[in-house]
Amino acid sequence: MATLHTRSAARLMIAPSVLLLLAWMIVPLAMTIYFSLLRYNLLMPGMEEFAGLSNYTYFLTDPAFFQAIFNTLAIVLGVLFITVVGGIGLALLLDQPMFGQGIVRILVIAPFLIMPTVAALVWKNMFMNPVNGIFAWLAKLFGLQPFDFLANAPLFSIIIIVAWQWLPFATLILLTALQSLDEEQKEAAQMDGAGASSRFIYLILPHLSRAITVVILIQTIFLLSVFAEILVTTNGGPGTQSTNLTFLVYAQALLQFDVGGASAGGIIAVILANIVAFFLMRMIGKTLEA
Amino acid sequence: MARNVSTQRKLLTTAAAWTIGILIFFPILWTFLTSFKTEAQAIASPPAFLFFDWTVENYFEVQSRSDYFKHFMNSVVISFGSTLLGLLIAIPSAWAMAFAPAKRTKDVLMWMLSTKMMPPVGVLVPLYLMFRNTGLLDTRTGLVMVLTLINLPIIIWMLYTYFKEIPGEILEAARMDGASLAKEIIYVLTPMAIPGIASTLLLNVILAWNEAFWTLNLSAARAAPLTAFIASYSSPEGLFYAKLSAASTMAIAPILILGWFSQKQLVRGLTFGAVK
Repeated sequence: MATLHTRSAARLMIAPSVLLLLAWMIVPLAMTIYFSLLRYNLLMPGMEEFAGLSNYTYFLTDPAFFQAIFNTLAIVLGVLFITVVGGIGLALLLDQPMFGQGIVRILVIAPFLIMPTVAALVWKNMFMNPVNGIFAWLAKLFGLQPFDFLANAPLFSIIIIVAWQWLPFATLILLTALQSLDEEQKEAAQMDGAGASSRFIYLILPHLSRAITVVILIQTIFLLSVFAEILVTTNGGPGTQSTNLTFLVYAQALLQFDVGGASAGGIIAVILANIVAFFLMRMIGKTLEA
Repeated sequence: MARNVSTQRKLLTTAAAWTIGILIFFPILWTFLTSFKTEAQAIASPPAFLFFDWTVENYFEVQSRSDYFKHFMNSVVISFGSTLLGLLIAIPSAWAMAFAPAKRTKDVLMWMLSTKMMPPVGVLVPLYLMFRNTGLLDTRTGLVMVLTLINLPIIIWMLYTYFKEIPGEILEAARMDGASLAKEIIYVLTPMAIPGIASTLLLNVILAWNEAFWTLNLSAARAAPLTAFIASYSSPEGLFYAKLSAASTMAIAPILILGWFSQKQLVRGLTFGAVK
């Protein structure tokens, strides 16, 4: 029984984290909103003036902005598709009896533990480089022209790199969920004459739905903000072909020193993330309560 | 009841799983192998897989040329510093929420999770300016502060799910025996909570070690951890594959080993206890 004494003690113990997170949420965000209404460039100190919504109109009429929105969504959806489908397949495979399962698991998990800058640079230089990369060598082996991935298909290449990092995460979580499926249920279904495909659709997939939702939610949070992979591979280019919203705001702020414009972009990013989060939380709420 | 699986099928699954496993792991293996080559061998065509003159030259070169160890220490200080500070703040909160839940505890937890959904670029500009004006830019202190805050919700959630599993009756028994709140925490709760705290620490060190938005934007030469140090190889210098590989291998090895030991906790922590 929680007494009055423990209640107030509890409040005191929760207070530091709540206050810190509240400050962390509100103070910078309020400043971003304030800056977004100013004409404010770091190269022209002392020239700040109120600019109304002009930063927003600037951002919303910039063709790079729509490209960035498209790229952001393409990265999120592309990576989600590859990792969820691939993750289900891999989890099903790894759940089968085999020799050396533990070692295979370790091999599959590894990419998730690699820091993004290392992953991106290794792929960029040692695999996708059109002269010295492994892919170029493979292409030549089959008598094909080497393909310059990052120049000709920058967005696709980034999706591949990011998907490689997140596939282990999806696999690991789906495998864990799969292993909690009652063995007897599977056997019962089998004895009742359910084939492999109907067992998958009616038994395994529903059992995995919660885990799949969790995978989608968590990956989306991180994928909306992909940054390092773009910075070290394409730098957003060529042009703005691989610039996502995060990278666009970064470039506006720290490369062009346009505090006002970058802040407006940041606020737009927050709004978009909230729209996504709203749908995700509803989706998650439904499956978690079920 | 044991399943009756034919050996043939088992062999087939084994072959398929190993092939895919090695393919997925290959970029890491390749980086490791390349780190022991000379620069000429690293770009040789056809690539040399195992039969080349193994050398550890690159590792020494990376250290002497760009002071690898300094960046390594930055990573250690930043990831462990932010995790320990985070635990210090989070343990009392998680304890209170797990053992003295109020009506709004669930809401508070969900709200904390939702702070993770704010995209970092939303606050990049003010944070950068604040850091610049207070001299926190490119300092380890500044990075420890930011990483503590961004990982705090995950730390609290993880600890909460672990603490939830400790039977409350034990605490009540201790209280009946006249243990004070402080004694309760030190003698009863802490020993039972150590495994959960350890997993939380492990996962969070991994996350902080690999964090690459704030570390790239808020650090330069002095406080740069390994993420930023490796990023500096994206310039033409990155064409020195062998050195890039040696630096990369050293940057990922510690976390790879930690992560392999904590696979189970990884799932639990990253899904906020929703998948166990």
